[in-house]
Parts: sequence; C-alpha cells; structure tokens
Amino acid sequence: MWDFPLFPESASNLAGRVDAVYFALVLFMAVIIALVCFLVVFFSVRYRKGSRHNRAMKPASALVELVWSIPLFTVALGIFTWAGKVYFDMRTMPDSALQIYVFAKQWMWKFEHADGRREINDLHLPVGEAVRLTMTSEDVIHSLYIPAFRVKMDVLPDTYHEQWFTPTRVGTYHLFCAEYCGTEHSQMRGRVIVMSRGDYQEWLAGRGIAAGNEVLGEMTGADLLDHFRCLTCHEAGGAIQAPSLTGIWGRRVPLSDGTSVIVDEQYVRESILEPQAKVVAGYPPVMPTYRGQISESQISQLIEFIRKSGVNRATAETSPAPVDGNVGGGQSDTGERK
Amino acid sequence: MSVVSPAPPLRLKESYLSVSFTIRSWLLSTDHKRIGILYLLSITALFLFGGAAAVAMRVELMTPQADVVRAEVYNRMFTVHGVIMVWFFLIPSIPAVLGNFLIPLMIGARDLAFPKLNLASWYVFMAGAAFTLWAIVRGGVDTGWTFYTPYSSTYSNSYVMLTATGIFITGFSSIFTGLNFIVTIHTMRAPGLQWFRLPLFVWSLYATSLILVLATPVLAISLGLIALERLFGFGIYDPNKGGDPLLFQHLFWFYSHPAVYIMILPGMGVVSETIACFSRKAVFGYKVVAMSSLAIAVLGFLVWGHHMFVSGQSTYAGLVFSLLSFLVAIPSAIKTFNWTATLYKGQITFATPMLYALGFIGLFTIGGLTGLVLASLAVDVHVHDTYFVVAHFHYIMVGGMVMAYLGGIHFWWPKMTGRMYPEGWARFSAILVFVGFNLTFFPQFLLGYLGMPRRYHTYPAEFQVLNVMSTAGASILGVGYLFPLTYLLWSLRYGPRAESNPWNATGLEWQTPSPPPTYNFKETPVVTEGPYHYETGE
Repeated sequence: MWDFPLFPESASNLAGRVDAVYFALVLFMAVIIALVCFLVVFFSVRYRKGSRHNRAMKPASALVELVWSIPLFTVALGIFTWAGKVYFDMRTMPDSALQIYVFAKQWMWKFEHADGRREINDLHLPVGEAVRLTMTSEDVIHSLYIPAFRVKMDVLPDTYHEQWFTPTRVGTYHLFCAEYCGTEHSQMRGRVIVMSRGDYQEWLAGRGIAAGNEVLGEMTGADLLDHFRCLTCHEAGGAIQAPSLTGIWGRRVPLSDGTSVIVDEQYVRESILEPQAKVVAGYPPVMPTYRGQISESQISQLIEFIRKSGVNRATAETSPAPVDGNVGGGQSDTGERK
Repeated sequence: MSVVSPAPPLRLKESYLSVSFTIRSWLLSTDHKRIGILYLLSITALFLFGGAAAVAMRVELMTPQADVVRAEVYNRMFTVHGVIMVWFFLIPSIPAVLGNFLIPLMIGARDLAFPKLNLASWYVFMAGAAFTLWAIVRGGVDTGWTFYTPYSSTYSNSYVMLTATGIFITGFSSIFTGLNFIVTIHTMRAPGLQWFRLPLFVWSLYATSLILVLATPVLAISLGLIALERLFGFGIYDPNKGGDPLLFQHLFWFYSHPAVYIMILPGMGVVSETIACFSRKAVFGYKVVAMSSLAIAVLGFLVWGHHMFVSGQSTYAGLVFSLLSFLVAIPSAIKTFNWTATLYKGQITFATPMLYALGFIGLFTIGGLTGLVLASLAVDVHVHDTYFVVAHFHYIMVGGMVMAYLGGIHFWWPKMTGRMYPEGWARFSAILVFVGFNLTFFPQFLLGYLGMPRRYHTYPAEFQVLNVMSTAGASILGVGYLFPLTYLLWSLRYGPRAESNPWNATGLEWQTPSPPPTYNFKETPVVTEGPYHYETGE
C-alpha cells in the first residue's frame, strides 16, 4: 500500500535534462516560499497587537523593491533560457532516427514501423537508438505522452507533428493520451516496450508477438478484450457503434452485402484479421485489422471468451448450436445490455 | 480616508435591507447593494452545484478503475464543474458581489453610474445560467470547459450549443458590469478622491473591468464560430472542411488567459484591504501595488500562447510566450512582497478576514511560482495537461480567489447585513479550509510530475495513494465550506448587531451605518487624504 512512486522513472536522453531544470525550479520555489512563509509568521508573531517591539520606522525607499526583485528576476531569466534551450533540442529532429508513424484515433494508438510492421497500443523499441515519431490523427486532437521519457506532443488531424527521443533503459513504460479526446479518453493508453538490441532483433524477425508480449501471453480473453480496446466500439451505448459481443455467438447475422453468416470460430477469427471482409449489416466498416499484432493463441482466447459470454439466452441450456432466422437487421445487437 | 463625521444612529427603516420587504422590491431594485445580494445568492447556489460535481469526481477517483459513474458521466462532471466554477462563480464572485456592493460606497457615490444596466446584468447572468443548467439537465456537455475543436465542433454528441449559448449570454453580464465599474470609477468619485487616494480594492476592480470589457467579446467570437460550424457546416475549425483546429485554441486562450486575471485580481484587492486593516498600517508601496494591477491586466493579454507549447505552435512563438509569462509574474511578485512588508511593524490582530488573507499570501505564492514551472518550456512539455496544471490553477483560483472571497465576505459581512458572524466558528473553518485545501491539491503536484494526465476517469494503479489523499483533503475542504454557509445564515438572525465600523477600518464604506441606507451617504463625503490612514503605535 505504501509502496508508491513520488517521482517518475527516467528512461530517455531528455528525461535527465528536463528533471535538471525542474530541480532548479523546485529549489528556486522552495527558497521563496520558505522566505515568504517565514516572514509572514515572524512578523505576525513579533508585531502582534500589543507586543513591545519597537514600531518606529524610517520611511522606506523605493530601492527596497529593486533590491529583492533584481536578483530574483535574474535567476528566473536564467531558468527561462535553460528551459528554452532544452525545448529547442526537443524540437530539433535528429539526422538519423528510427522512423515510426503514429496514427491516433478515438480511442487507440496505431504504430507503423519502417518495415511495415504494425502495432496497436504497444510500441516496441530498441534501447539506445534515436526514435522519431511522425504523428497524425484520424479524428480529434490527441496528445502522445510518455512520462518516463518526459516527452509530449499534440496529435492533430490533417497535420504531421513530430517528436523524438532516445530510450535509455530497457523496460515497459506508460504511454498516455494527454489531450482530452472524448468518452474513453482515459482508456487511450498504451505501453512503450524498450528492449535490448538482441531482443528487438528477435522481435523484428517475427518471433516477436510472443517474445515481446510475454505479458499478453498470460492474459485471459477478458484482459485481451481490454488490451486491444475491443469494447471501445463493441459495447452498447458507445460513441462508435459496432455489434455487441454478448449474445452473438452461434447466431446468424445479416451482412452488408445482403448475405448472412453464422458467428463461429472461423468468422470471429476472420473479423479480427480481415474486418472488412464480412461487415454486419447496419454498421460502418471502421474496424482496423489486427493482423500481425495478435497471436493465434490470443485469437483463440478471444474466441473462447465470446463463446462463453455470448451464449444466446434462448439456447443457453445446450451447447451453442446455430440458431437461424431470429435476427433481423441486427436489431437485437442494439438491445439494452449492461 | 478622512473622518467626515461619526455616522449618526440610523433608524432601522432607512437601511437598504428594510426599506421594503416584497420580492418585487428585490427583483426590480436598481440599488447596487441589493443587486450585489442577488448575485451573492445566485452564485452561492451555483457554487454548491459546481462543488457537488467536484465531490462526485473525487469519489470516483478514489480507485483506479471506474466504479461510481461511467466515462460519459465523468466527462460531463468535470465539464460542468469547470463551466460552472469559471463562468458562474469565479468570474462574478468578487466583482459582482463585493464590487457591486462596495465600489459606490468606497468612492462616496450613491450608486453605480448605470443602475438599470446593473440590474440588467443580473438578469442576463441568470438567463445564461438557466441556459447552461438546462443543457446540463437535458444530458450535459462533455467537451471540458475549454471546448477544444474539432471535438466540440464536430465530434461531441452532447449539448455543446446550448451550453455555449449560456456562456455567450453570460458574457454580456460581464461586459455590462465591467463597463459600469469603469464609468463609475472615472466619473463618480467623491470630491477630493483623487486616483491615488482610491482604495486598492477599487484599483484592482478597475483593472479587472478593463479585462472584462476587452476580453469577453473574443470569447463570444470563438463560441459564435463554433456555432457557425456546428449548425451551418462552415469550415472554421474542422480540418475536414478546410478549417484549423488551432485557431480555436488561440482565440479561446486570448480570452481565457486574461480571464484568469479576472479571477485573481479582485482577490488581490480584498487582501490589500484586509491586511492594511488588521496590521493597522498603510499598504507598503501603495502606488506600486496599484500600478501592478494595471500591469497584470495589460501583460495578461500577451501570454495566451503558453497554453500551447505542445500544440505544434512555432518554437520561436513558444519562446516569446514563455518570456512574457515570466514577465507577468513580476507584478504578482511585487504584490506578494508588499503585503508581507505591510505586516512589518504593524499592530497585527487575527480576525477571520486576516486569517484568510495570510492564507492567501502563502497559497498564492505557491500557485504563482508553480506557474513559472509551467512557463518553463521544456518542463511544460512534461507537465502540460497533467495534474500539475490542475494543482497549479486550483492554488490560484481556490487557494487564492476563493480564500480572498471568503475573507472579503467575512470582512464586509457586518456592513452588508448589519450582523456580526461568530468569530470562533469562523476562525475554525478558515483553518479547516486551509488544511483541507492543501491536502486536496498538494498531492496533485506530485501526481502531475509523475505523469497522471488530467481529465482521466480511470488511471494506473500506482497513482492511487496520492489520489486517495486528495479525496480525503477534498472532504475536509467541503466541510470547511459548509460551516460558513451555516453560521453566516445563523448570524442573520442571531448574530450581534454590527456597529458602523466594527474593525475600526479606514475607508468611506465604514463611515456610513451598517447596513447602509439606500442612498449610502446622507451627505457626499469630502476626501482629504489617502486610503489607509492607520496610526501605528497606538
């Protein structure tokens, strides 16, 4: 319970430099606050009504204001310049860097590596190599924030914004959306996984999904559903509508091309890897593909989850046999569900 | 101020409170004192409403996961809290209540320059509040009080337009009040009341009024452009229609940063009055303090870009805005120094208003200095949009302005109501507010530097302990606010009757009976000296 951090980890080349300016500011603030509080308390006690201390005063000269203000202001200007220098270095992109494209949308992060490899909400990076993020948004303004790296930059639609850093420590770090972007803003979180060069090469070579995602390997279907942000859309009442996953297993659902399909292992797997192939009628074709970001065993976990939570109430007593004909226009998908 | 003559004992009938008791006589009154009371009642109700939203948020944030409300509701809670507290409590708080009540009394006038406009401002304010409350009842708005585009203009499915209309309307009441104060201070000062004989409270409200009149129209413009986009599809902010989402941020902060000074300058005025009175000394460096209010008003218009250091704004623009933000700290630092110096060799007593004023100095110093952290470019990149910002502006707005407002309410309560409040309870709750406030908001500085983003409904588990501390503090703070509400109401009936000058303060408002008659002064006072003619060494 009492093991909680009071100061963030430092895991990039910029973190130490930002912290140095911050410590200078903290020291500057501490001196002034201590001085003001001391004087207020000291005067309040010494010159409380009726105390015998002498009240005779010489008229104060205007110089008094300058005596305290000039040194303080000089120090403040020094901090301003220092912070400005670090800021300029943050904003000046390095000549060569690992190039990552970032696409933000309500409410997930999509990353694209130079070799075309894609990730959602996870970003695998090698330690000790400069990384440049080129970022844009598909809808509203987001902001990519990695506290351990002390970097943040807004991600705007229709514009590329860039930021860079060099990870300096192997580990897993938070990645947050810092600009309020709508309902599930606080769920728009991901992880930056900084790996040793060897591990990173292995990850790149494709053994990656399991190797880099050991944690994911132990996740249950419900955890994966959360990790991949499935419920952002697949939940009744969300801002973006997609079929609810509860009660869908084993049903025949109409598709946008006029045909229909039974929700089984094959269809769920195909929907995760090739979402546009068979879109349920009445829903927009907006789901991104998870091909290359999810392992076969994770897909099977998700299938099992949907199978268990999704037994149609009408046939709950038996094993999930396909039920025909009771779905019209996806309307039962939009039914109330909690 | 000069002592004209001791206030003659007043027959009860003449007081502005007892001149008539009908509802009509209140709702149609053009008496600045009655309109001040109308504002007091309205903003107190709105404060409780905005505070309830804060309580709901703090309860939700006790655990990392969602457990009390859904994300949609949480987002509406913090939006309601921000909108109500900024536009319907903080901005009107000291200006519309104490300013309305006191400015004519302090300058020896019988009313404001435009009494009917003053009444109209209250009706406009209530119309705006009604629109906003209606929007909340119908389902609320989820954009945050900042209404950032294109979320607000294109993507949000909540009642953006209704709320924006409410704020748009309320803006006119700000403009009416500001205009009224400016004209009144220019033209209705008593004979002999030169500019540099004005109480510092009047100076600070003069500076506030300039901002109200000059900045509020820009807010109206930015909200109006959102309306054009939402209702008619004009491409102003949405890039899909050829607009620029950053344009909104520039317009919004061009209003909202000066608005921050609307929310603190009046508090500085109150503190100047109370510190002088309870130290029995003139404010140290009176002219410098008066001029620093104007300097804040002017410089406050030039720093809006410090809200946009990570927005993609030009690096060089960022540098200029950072420098200007350091500069705007100077006049505030001068004031803090001069209040402290005022205590030196005073005859200090510790009535409740003084406790609030001393608390203000400490909390405002912390709030102001952490503003320098945010003005420092590289550090702001890390703490921008985190709880560090939330803590910073609550130290200014709540630790500063609300403390000053409560101090001012206690200081002038005898004048406004003719009754004394119970001193022991009042001191106790002032200390409770101070302790509760610090416990609520100090952990948020730590949370912010740790990296917890603001406006988060759920958060990683390692942030929980600090969040629980903050919620515990908020519960103390909440109780601290309920005490004054209770004993001040109690005092209306059971409090001892107040003399015309219970604090033995200088200032024209103390030379008329408590509560003052409708016409304020039987004879127009003549002023022959500066505002803080306290004699030390008595």
